[in-house]
Amino acid sequence: MSPVPRTLYEKIWDAHVVTRGEDGTCLLYVDRHLVHEVTSPQAFEGLRAAGRRVRRPDLTLAVADHNLPTTRRVDEKGRRLPIDDPESAGQLAALEANVAEFGIPSIEAIAPEQGIVHVVGPEQGFTLPGTILVCGDSHTAAHGALGALAFGIGTSEVEHVLATQTLWMPRSRTMEVRVDGRLGFGVSAKDLILFLIGRIGTAGGTGHVVEYRGDTFADMSVEGRLTVANMTIEAGARSGLFAPDEATFAYLKGRPMAPRGEAWDRAVAGWRGLATDEGAHFDRSVRIDASEVAPTVTWGTSPEDVAPITGKVPEPDSFADPARRAAARKALDYMGLVPGQRLQDVAVEHIFIGSCTNSRIEDLRAAAEIVRGRRIDARIKQALVVPGSGLVKRQAEAEGLDRIFTEAGFDWREPGCSACLGMNPDKVPPQGRCASTSNRNFVGRQGPGARTHLVSPAMAAAAAVTGRLADVRELVKP
Amino acid sequence: MKALKRIHGRAIPFGRRNVDTDLIIAASHLKTVRRAGLGRHAFAAARAERGNVFDDPAFAGAPILIAGENFGCGSSREHAAWALADMGIEAVIAPSFSDIFAGNAFRNGIAAIVLPRHAVDRLLDAAWRCPLTVDLEEMIVSSPLGHRFVFAMDPFRRRCLLEGCDEIALTLSHEEAIRAYEERTGT
Ligand code: SF4
Repeated sequence: MSPVPRTLYEKIWDAHVVTRGEDGTCLLYVDRHLVHEVTSPQAFEGLRAAGRRVRRPDLTLAVADHNLPTTRRVDEKGRRLPIDDPESAGQLAALEANVAEFGIPSIEAIAPEQGIVHVVGPEQGFTLPGTILVCGDSHTAAHGALGALAFGIGTSEVEHVLATQTLWMPRSRTMEVRVDGRLGFGVSAKDLILFLIGRIGTAGGTGHVVEYRGDTFADMSVEGRLTVANMTIEAGARSGLFAPDEATFAYLKGRPMAPRGEAWDRAVAGWRGLATDEGAHFDRSVRIDASEVAPTVTWGTSPEDVAPITGKVPEPDSFADPARRAAARKALDYMGLVPGQRLQDVAVEHIFIGSCTNSRIEDLRAAAEIVRGRRIDARIKQALVVPGSGLVKRQAEAEGLDRIFTEAGFDWREPGCSACLGMNPDKVPPQGRCASTSNRNFVGRQGPGARTHLVSPAMAAAAAVTGRLADVRELVKP
Repeated sequence: MKALKRIHGRAIPFGRRNVDTDLIIAASHLKTVRRAGLGRHAFAAARAERGNVFDDPAFAGAPILIAGENFGCGSSREHAAWALADMGIEAVIAPSFSDIFAGNAFRNGIAAIVLPRHAVDRLLDAAWRCPLTVDLEEMIVSSPLGHRFVFAMDPFRRRCLLEGCDEIALTLSHEEAIRAYEERTGT
């Protein structure tokens, strides 16, 4: 009898079961654990209170990103500059003290490798196919781009993983998102994932693990896949997976923490067997034709509130569901938009290019391409470019991208989460309107009262040079 | 964690759908290194609205919150569950929850109760007039007005809530299996 065909998710799951609990809940082994300053202090405190140690510091990596300011971090002599906000400074100091006390490897705030956890993990080769990777951050889903079963966890789970290197998990249902065809000119991975969230809704993937399949993804760069997997959580699914392929192996080969030599060859041979078997069953399947996707923007306060840039702000009454109608009305009120208004007429004053969704080198290249030879519009009050890591920043500088941005009037910053969330000095002011490459347009996400429009890097650049939400396809020739 | 069997009291009829954890507790309050004290910052943006349910004296100290679909979506911040617990919330009733929030909730002694939309709508209405009871042993939400809705709950999570167990201690009792896994896989 031939074995039952399994999905990628089921293969990774089966390989990590330590023991089975009641009703299908399993104790799973965690191969990789990323730790950052915001969601870990209470976990370490819990360990200390219970007199517990970290079981496998060697499988753990800590880096600060969320509340580090993105302004200069060292003075002329290379000495670390203090952080003004005492609470942020306290949280960073707590992380440094905790990693020292528990013997956890970490990347220092002023190290060249520092960056956003979800940029650093893949970049260092810490993220590997077929592993289970967790982090106290919902965008951990990003690492699924490399074929890791990766998901965000709460602080109690962070403590649990630190103490036991395992997690109790109920088995998720599986969902196939199949996209075929070519993305149109000016359309990126970001537009595709926004389109998908619009299609299935922010709760569309709840209880599911998504696997991205189809030739659109086969042709997509690893950077693009990271963008897609990253926002899987905005569709309600905790993880989004891509089967590892040649592009994955090429991306990982030679990364500092990836296996080398013979170990590399053995690893690759194993990774090739991870792909979903022919005939494996998915509980749900969604199909998208890539040619349907246009450059996409959000108009509301939920990532499912999307429209093509050529569209209009919707009429709340056009939604069938009364709860959705009420939500849309509230959202438009918050966003200061009028139903029927053309999206391309919406003026913006803030631009944010960054976040774990879109701060890798490919993203910066795409934005620079639009900005090259242009200047930001006179109405723009702040335009930030925040590379996802120190290594991305150096690479961009080697390619001269920093000059393209600064000559156009952008601020070129140090790596970190920055204006993705209002917890460090980079914020959008109340009623300020921002074209942002981040992942959440929630009420107050970029600062109290801030109005966020989620877009791709090229679209953020287009907004910067025109002072409004603009169709990037009108700024460049195919 | 203390055991939770029956929750009785007023229920805040918030009703909103897609309540994200940024709304429950804004990022500016995540810089704490403690778990306690977040309750007074909870729902700050919603509280800024005039006539909001949170500042209605009828619901002061209410142990139950009722919301719409997809409660707790977005950021994984457990601060959202800590803030709710700090407000005194012991049960949230909604048609659906985000997976991460549902996990964070039960680990902090908050029961995430899923009921169909029509049941939630009726409870939202009843909550203005009377207290509700959530019985985790019987798995029933009821009101003195005669409402009675049966819910289902993951048995593992329900047992943890009923017994108030320490999940890490439970896992550490599987130490042998964890070590065997590490040896078998060379991890
Ligand atoms: S960049 Fe934004 S979404 Fe990503 S980890 Fe940082 S705060 Fe979270």
